[in-house]
Amino acid sequence: MAKIEEYISIVGESVIDDLRLLAEKLKGKVIQHINSTPVGGGVAEILNCMVPLLRELGVDTRWDVIKGGEQFFEVTKKFHNALHGKVEEITQRDFEIFMETSRQNLENVNTYGDIVFVHDPQPIALIKEKSHNRWIWRCHIDVSNPNQKVWNFLKDFIITYDSAVFSAPSFSQRLPIRQFLISPSIDPLSDKNKELSQETIDSVLQKYNIPKDKPTITQISRFDRLKDPIGVIGVYQQVKRYIDCQLILAGGTATDDPEGLKVFEEVQEKAKQDRDIHILLLPQNDIEVNALQRASTVIIQKSIKEGFGLTVAEALWKAKPVVASNVGGIPLQIKHKYSGLLCHSIDGAAFAIKQLLNSPEYAKRLGENGREHIRNNFLLTRHLRDYILLFLSLYHEEDIVYL
Amino acid sequence: MLIRAKEPFRFYTRLHLSELTGLRATTLDQLLDLIKKVSGSCIYHHTHRFLQQHQYLSPEPPNDFAYWVAEILGEDELGERLVSIDTIQFSTIRSLRDKIVATTEDYLKNNPKALLKFARSEEEFHFIKSVSFVIPTNYVAYDLRDFAEILKKITIDSIYFHIFEARLRLGKGTNDFSNWIENSLGDKELADEISKLDPYTRTLENLRETLIRRIEKKIPT
Repeated sequence: MAKIEEYISIVGESVIDDLRLLAEKLKGKVIQHINSTPVGGGVAEILNCMVPLLRELGVDTRWDVIKGGEQFFEVTKKFHNALHGKVEEITQRDFEIFMETSRQNLENVNTYGDIVFVHDPQPIALIKEKSHNRWIWRCHIDVSNPNQKVWNFLKDFIITYDSAVFSAPSFSQRLPIRQFLISPSIDPLSDKNKELSQETIDSVLQKYNIPKDKPTITQISRFDRLKDPIGVIGVYQQVKRYIDCQLILAGGTATDDPEGLKVFEEVQEKAKQDRDIHILLLPQNDIEVNALQRASTVIIQKSIKEGFGLTVAEALWKAKPVVASNVGGIPLQIKHKYSGLLCHSIDGAAFAIKQLLNSPEYAKRLGENGREHIRNNFLLTRHLRDYILLFLSLYHEEDIVYL
Repeated sequence: MLIRAKEPFRFYTRLHLSELTGLRATTLDQLLDLIKKVSGSCIYHHTHRFLQQHQYLSPEPPNDFAYWVAEILGEDELGERLVSIDTIQFSTIRSLRDKIVATTEDYLKNNPKALLKFARSEEEFHFIKSVSFVIPTNYVAYDLRDFAEILKKITIDSIYFHIFEARLRLGKGTNDFSNWIENSLGDKELADEISKLDPYTRTLENLRETLIRRIEKKIPT
C-alpha cells in the first residue's frame, strides 16, 4: 500500500500539503465507513485505498461491513438494477427480506462514529440508530431514472441523513437535505494503475494466449447486463468487417452479484465461434487488468447504465483512447473529441473505434488529453480532499467557509 | 534595494465542494428563469468551474451556460455571446448574473424560436453551487522575492483564490496580489500591470508563469 508521500511525484507537494492542512481540522473526530462487502466492486476498492491514507493524514477512520445472506444480496441486486432504471419486479416480500437483515444489522453493528458514512442502499437502514452524530449517505449508483417504488422506499431513510453524496449531477433528486457531487477516483499507485514493464505486460498476454499481431479492443468490466458485454461483441463484429482486430472482454464478479456467472455464460455462448474474442473471467488480479489495459489499442466501455465507470478513468490514466457510452459519470471523464469519444449505440461505438484504429495520431492525442484530465480531477488525492471537505461541511452551513 | 512590505502577505488557499441543488433546465426558458432565481454561489460555480477542471485545455468555454446553449440546444450565436461576456469587467456576482440574463433576453427577442428547443433527458442543465473552504497556508511573503518564490510552490487553488475568488465572489474589487503590491509595497505600476491581466483567457499554469515573470522583472539582481 502506497504512502501519502509517494503521491507527491504525481500531483506535486503542495496538493499533499493542502491535504495535511485540511486533515488537521478534523482532529478528534472519528469517521466510520459502512458498506456491504470488503472485496469486489468499486466501493470496496475505493475504501481499501482511502481508509489507510486518511489514517496516515491523521483522520481517525474506521471501516465496518454489514452482514447479509444470499436472499438479502439477491434483493439488493434487484434494488440496484431497479435504481438503474431496469425493469424489475419488486415484491412486498423483497422489502421484508431487506428489513429483516437490516434489523439484524441494527442489532449487531455499532455506529460509534462522530461521522457515519454509509455506502449504497445495503446498509441504509442503519440510520435508525442515529443519535447526536452526523450521517452521510453515499450513493454510488446511477439514480437518474430510478424505479419509483424502490426509490421511495429508500427515500424515507435518505431524508433522515444529514447529507447525501452522488457521483454525477444527473443523479441528484429533489431532497430536503444537502446533496454533494463527489466523483470517485482511481489510485495511480495501485497495482491496477501503476506503470508496468513490457515484460510484465507480455507475460500476461502469453498467459491468456493473446497474440500481439493485431489491434486489440478491450472492455474491462464485471459480467453484468448493465455493462452490455453482448453489445460489445456486436461492436467488435462490425469493426472486424473492415479491420482485422481482436477483442478482450475481461472481468470478475462481486460477492454481492449472484447474476454475474449467468451473464458470463451467455457471453461465452455468443462468442464461441470466434478465436479472436478472448473472454477472461479474472480473479481479483489487478496487475493482470492493468497489463490488459496497457496492451490494448482502444478501450471500450459500452455500459447501459453506470454509477461512474472508473474503468474509463483507469484507461485514460494509461493514455489510452477510449470509446464509451454517454451515461452516468462517463461524460464527466470524457469531453467528446477532446479526451475520448462518447457514443449512444452499437453502431456509434463501432464507427468511433474504426476512426481511432485508422487515425492513430488522433487516438494518441485523445489519450494524452485524457490522462491530464484524470490527473487534475479523478485521482485519489482529489477524492481524499473532497471527503475531508464533505466531513467539514457537516459542521458548516454557509457557502463560504473560513477554516 | 528590495522593499520590505508594511504588512506581510499571507497566502490562503481555497478548496471547493460542489453542492447539488436538484434544479434542472430542459429549455432556454427554464434556464433563464433559474439563472434569475438561484443563489450567487450557483452563478459563480457555472461561470468558473471550467477554469479549474479543464486547466490543461485552452481555449475552453469559460462558462457552463454558454457551453449548454451552444452544444446541447444548438444555439451557437447565443453561446458565443455568453462566452464573450467580459467577466473581468464585473466586480460582483449580481452584476455578472444581470449581464447573463440581459444577454439571453436580448437574444430571445430576435430569436423567439430558440424557446422551442429542448434538451434530451440525459443532457439537461443541472444547477450546482460552489461551497468554498478558505484556509490560511503556511506561506508568508515579506518582499517581492519571497512572493515570487512562493508563487512557484503554492497550488493553483491558492492563485485561483487570490485572483478570481477574492475579486469577484468576495467583492474586493481587485485581486489580492495587486492590492498588496500597491498598498504594502507601494508599487502601483506592478499592481496595475497585474490587475490588467485578463485571467479568464489563460490556463491557470500560464497565469502562474506570467505573474512570476512580471514580478521577477521588478526584483533587483
